[in-house]
Amino acid sequence: MQIASHNGKPFSFSPEAQAEVQQLMAKYPESRQKSALIRALHIAQEENGGWLSIAALDHVAEALRITPIEVYEVATFYTMFNLEPVGKYVLEFCHTGPCAIEGAERLINYVQKKLGIETGQTTPDGMFTIKEVECLGACGYAPMMQVGLYYHEHLTEEKMDRFLEDCRAGKIDKGSWKMH
Amino acid sequence: MSRKLLLEHAHIEGINGYETYRKHGGYRAVEKALKNMAPADVLEEVKKSGLRGRGGAGFPTGMKWSFLAKPEGVPRYLLCNADESEPGTFKDRYLMEKIPHLLVEGMILSAYALGANTSYIYIRGEYSWIVFILEKAISEAYAKGWLGNNILGSGFDCDLYVNPGAGAYICGEETALIESLEGKRGNPRIKPPFPAVKGLWQCPTVVNNVETLAAVVPIVNEGGDNYARIGVGRSTGTKLISAGGNINKPGVYEIELGLPMEEFIYSDDWCGGIKNGKRLKACVPGGSSVPILPHYLVTKTAAGENRLLSYESLADGGFESGSMLGSGGFIVYDEDQCVVRNTWNFTRFYHHESCGQCSPCREGTGWMEKVLERLENGKGKLSDMDLLVEVAKKIEGNTICPLGDAAAWPVASAIRHFRDEFEWHVREPEACMQRNYGLVKEKAEMA
Repeated sequence: MQIASHNGKPFSFSPEAQAEVQQLMAKYPESRQKSALIRALHIAQEENGGWLSIAALDHVAEALRITPIEVYEVATFYTMFNLEPVGKYVLEFCHTGPCAIEGAERLINYVQKKLGIETGQTTPDGMFTIKEVECLGACGYAPMMQVGLYYHEHLTEEKMDRFLEDCRAGKIDKGSWKMH
Repeated sequence: MSRKLLLEHAHIEGINGYETYRKHGGYRAVEKALKNMAPADVLEEVKKSGLRGRGGAGFPTGMKWSFLAKPEGVPRYLLCNADESEPGTFKDRYLMEKIPHLLVEGMILSAYALGANTSYIYIRGEYSWIVFILEKAISEAYAKGWLGNNILGSGFDCDLYVNPGAGAYICGEETALIESLEGKRGNPRIKPPFPAVKGLWQCPTVVNNVETLAAVVPIVNEGGDNYARIGVGRSTGTKLISAGGNINKPGVYEIELGLPMEEFIYSDDWCGGIKNGKRLKACVPGGSSVPILPHYLVTKTAAGENRLLSYESLADGGFESGSMLGSGGFIVYDEDQCVVRNTWNFTRFYHHESCGQCSPCREGTGWMEKVLERLENGKGKLSDMDLLVEVAKKIEGNTICPLGDAAAWPVASAIRHFRDEFEWHVREPEACMQRNYGLVKEKAEMA
């Protein structure tokens, strides 16, 4: 995986995010504040439109007083971090074993066809990105996807149709990593 | 009906909140321990209970705790492994969502036993909404004096925090979890030193699964001896099983260890039988890493005895004809499922999740994935099966962490029990693809 090829727009945390990151750092002993990195990256990604630009990564490094490389090596390791721009709603379909035998492949094919994009692509209107991810721990409620912080389970083609409409109507809550 | 020690109150409205949890006996175990028991007494009860790690390895918890180094002036840490990512497993999620205070209570007791004043729950990042469920429970516990300084006047201080990951199966391996908690990539460490000696920030650390820590609550309440009376042999107590796949009633069940597999799969109290009246083809009883059992080894062992949901019975027959209880991620396959396709799917998972440190795992998982992909897509050779077994053998035991073994076992066992189906993929590829979800037809329609 590569870091984004461009810096993205300038980024800095909102005042509330800045305050939250300060609180996160206080959960760890003196000089161990690097532990707040992953959660700080979740917040940065949320505030940067769903992905982490180099500008966002550099800002997180500054906020945690660590070097940029320490942030890059973490951002490139974990699959939840998007290193390229994504749509407003990232549909993360589980495609691992139990979901697969309950029809995940067929459902993903359906959504790809409906939106006219492949996995990893974003619709031209910037609304949807399809991602396929590994087991999300919803095996009894398959097939399923994650959008933002929340799971959507027992999916069917009809449910997906309604869900996509609800997204366009602004009725879907993605949740927030800044809930305090 | 089976006894429930963890999920007894899980169905009660409002049990995720403090008041309801407390009304149903919550935090009674902390009162008992902090007022009447020394830390060593709590450890003794856990030893007597026979509790074994519920994350997958099944290592005796009391013994693990007794390994914790206690050098003077060095902090000790208790970490909860809530990284639940083993395909098929969703039991810890259920427990944390439904009854978060049970985990908080279990962690206070365990931290007391270990003399750990700071604890963290490391939870997989995708369970993001549960982060906030846990943090709410924790802040309630602080407000009511169950966390913080000098709890119940005992002199014991306990702080508890939640730390999310960001999507990496490997972080369920305890040293990778520690690395991730330190804000790094989840690369497992070479052992020794073990976390009990050098763990989080090079301090002595115990890492336990969610369910293991929650089980300490009934053990303290009822006594280790009483806990050990439940179950069979060295498989004591209850176990959460998350059941999925082609069954009528998927979900999370708390069983007494020793429940017959036959009853668990077919009884309406549990899985309710195979969906759509189909026949059982195979079962992966303990999460994707454990060997697959063909139908004739699911309810009976090779020796003809009833197969039970216990550590010993599931392992009966070793890797030749047995499997493992593992994490309790129970996946059932009906007669229409394709073992080749499923094995390819799991291998792709391990390839994706390999951290890349050890070449046998990094290269081997990718190699197996490619071979399985070509088999599934009708381009395989009859020699591929031996090749897969050979690659699996070269991964197993040759890596820093158990991910290599976890990737090798499903492949080796699938070929051991279903070689004819693999060969059929080489001989009649079109027929196989037609069976597998009618994908040939659908792909043609989409083109």
